[in-house]
Amino acid sequence: MNWITNYVRPKINSMLGRREVPENLWIKCPETGEMVFHRDLEENKWVIPASGYHMKMPAKARLKDLFDDGAYEALPQPKVAQDPLKFRDSKKYADRLKDSRIKTDQEDTILAGVGKVRGVKLVAVVHEFNFMGGSLGMAAGEAIVKAFERAITEKCPLVMFPASGGARMQEGILSLMQLPRTTVAVEMLKEAGQPYVVVLTNPTTGGVTASYAMLGDIHMAEPGAEICFAGKRVIEQTIREKLPEGFQTSEYLLEHGMVDMVVKRHDIPDTLARVLRILTKKPVTETTKAAGVVAIAASA
Amino acid sequence: MHNYLDFEKPISDLEGKIHELRKLAEEDESIDTSDEVGRLEARSREAMVDIYSKLTPWQKTQVARHPQRPHFLDYSAKLFEEFTPLAGDRKFAEDEAIQAGLGRFRGQSVAIIGQEKGNDTKSRLRHNFGSARPEGYRKAIRVMEMADRFGLPIVTLVDTAGAYPGIGAEERGQAEAIARSTEMCLNVKVPIVSIILGEGGSGGAIAIATGDRVYMLQHAIYSVISPEGAASILWRDSTRAKEAASNMKITADDLKALGIIDGIIQEPVGGAHRDPEAVIAATGNVIADALRDLSAKPGDQLRRDRRQRYLDIGRQL
Repeated sequence: MNWITNYVRPKINSMLGRREVPENLWIKCPETGEMVFHRDLEENKWVIPASGYHMKMPAKARLKDLFDDGAYEALPQPKVAQDPLKFRDSKKYADRLKDSRIKTDQEDTILAGVGKVRGVKLVAVVHEFNFMGGSLGMAAGEAIVKAFERAITEKCPLVMFPASGGARMQEGILSLMQLPRTTVAVEMLKEAGQPYVVVLTNPTTGGVTASYAMLGDIHMAEPGAEICFAGKRVIEQTIREKLPEGFQTSEYLLEHGMVDMVVKRHDIPDTLARVLRILTKKPVTETTKAAGVVAIAASA
Repeated sequence: MHNYLDFEKPISDLEGKIHELRKLAEEDESIDTSDEVGRLEARSREAMVDIYSKLTPWQKTQVARHPQRPHFLDYSAKLFEEFTPLAGDRKFAEDEAIQAGLGRFRGQSVAIIGQEKGNDTKSRLRHNFGSARPEGYRKAIRVMEMADRFGLPIVTLVDTAGAYPGIGAEERGQAEAIARSTEMCLNVKVPIVSIILGEGGSGGAIAIATGDRVYMLQHAIYSVISPEGAASILWRDSTRAKEAASNMKITADDLKALGIIDGIIQEPVGGAHRDPEAVIAATGNVIADALRDLSAKPGDQLRRDRRQRYLDIGRQL
């Protein structure tokens, strides 16, 4: 406390209106408790530098980071019915949507873009977890269908980065219907002969796992991500016993045959490009050749 | 003797009185109770009609879960001649929560898939209360694939609170099994007719309910999560399930209005369990009509139309 905080700041604040001070300048590693300055974290793709813990990455940052030189064409947000059930729990769904839109500056959870990754053209679809837990509702379902359709017209692969608590309960049965809807989209791309790669990120659960997140030609997972159908709490309530250590993590799924590889965030673009080039019989390039070594080391 | 639901109290009171009067007349032949019995029976019927004409979503949930409600095996015994159950996913195990088999429906060869909940403690345990593990879905996939190859239409009878949430189920890829089963539904070139008999519980239901035609019994429910589950997640209070049941739009009428199902199969007054034969026969007629309609389409068109049916859901709301 000094005279500045006491006298000057209140004045500036009142001049600017109540500006929010960024809350989390320092971010705590959930694993080690180490505090990391937010800029250092952003520079390291939201991976804690010392521990290697993969924090959730904002959707926009994910797309920018993935595509060469951060350049891509953002796909438009399709229009869907808003709150068709007029749903209300402790809060109106309409208000939840409003709040999430302000918080994330996005229409809904899905962002999609088309561009090049290490020279390979692809459509990428990303969930923003901060938008109602990345939940799958009509808007997300339609955005996913449109993204797959775009990949089919572009004759290019689609890469999906799910991060979701599952179906959006506030849309009831209409959210459940997104499981078959998105599955139709996956099937159309497969029939068009284009690869579909899923990069599972933390967390991927429920209806999302039980549809497009588990239907990839190739499944990659970021280290330490929680990936499951039923969450820990539900299982513990049902069977009334403690769950084993590391249950439902990426590494656990690798061991149980549900994913092909666990890939560190920094190695994802190269690994994707390499796999897609091989699948689509494109010639080898210097970057993907080098990436081969890194990715194998990462999954070992 | 019926298991009465809490909201059926007026009916159970009247039926209790009728029972006592009858017993009285049996014991003492000099007493004639027939007038009174007739009067009470009429009142009981009226009460039943009245109560069942305005069931709330939560009351429907209770009817859909009624322990005496006819289940898969009641339907398969009555609707399919030569019903031949098949077992196992050829990968890991047999899961009796999902029943799958071959049979004839009014003379026509068909494949039948559905969940069985069981009707007493022993059979409920055997069928895991109708909650399937990955093996159940993989058996369904296997039978759908075979039906597709032999050109047999598929009938699915859906009745599950949801896929089983357990360590083993997760370990063996519950999510993947459900996703693949939905995928198989969308890929076959034979007709699929799905009936929601009681509970259509989330992913565990949609995995075998992605049909060309989907019908619900009048008091069945179909939902992304159980009312209790929604209440505990959204309100953090599982006792608010009644409220959740209403807000989530889970009844046959709701789903018809949302364009998700094609029709509603009327139940006898007092619910399917009060006259199983009638509701099973009505279900048979609906299946017959749907199959007749769908069999006229070539396989490629069937599949295209089925996919379009799902893509169209919600677009007109």
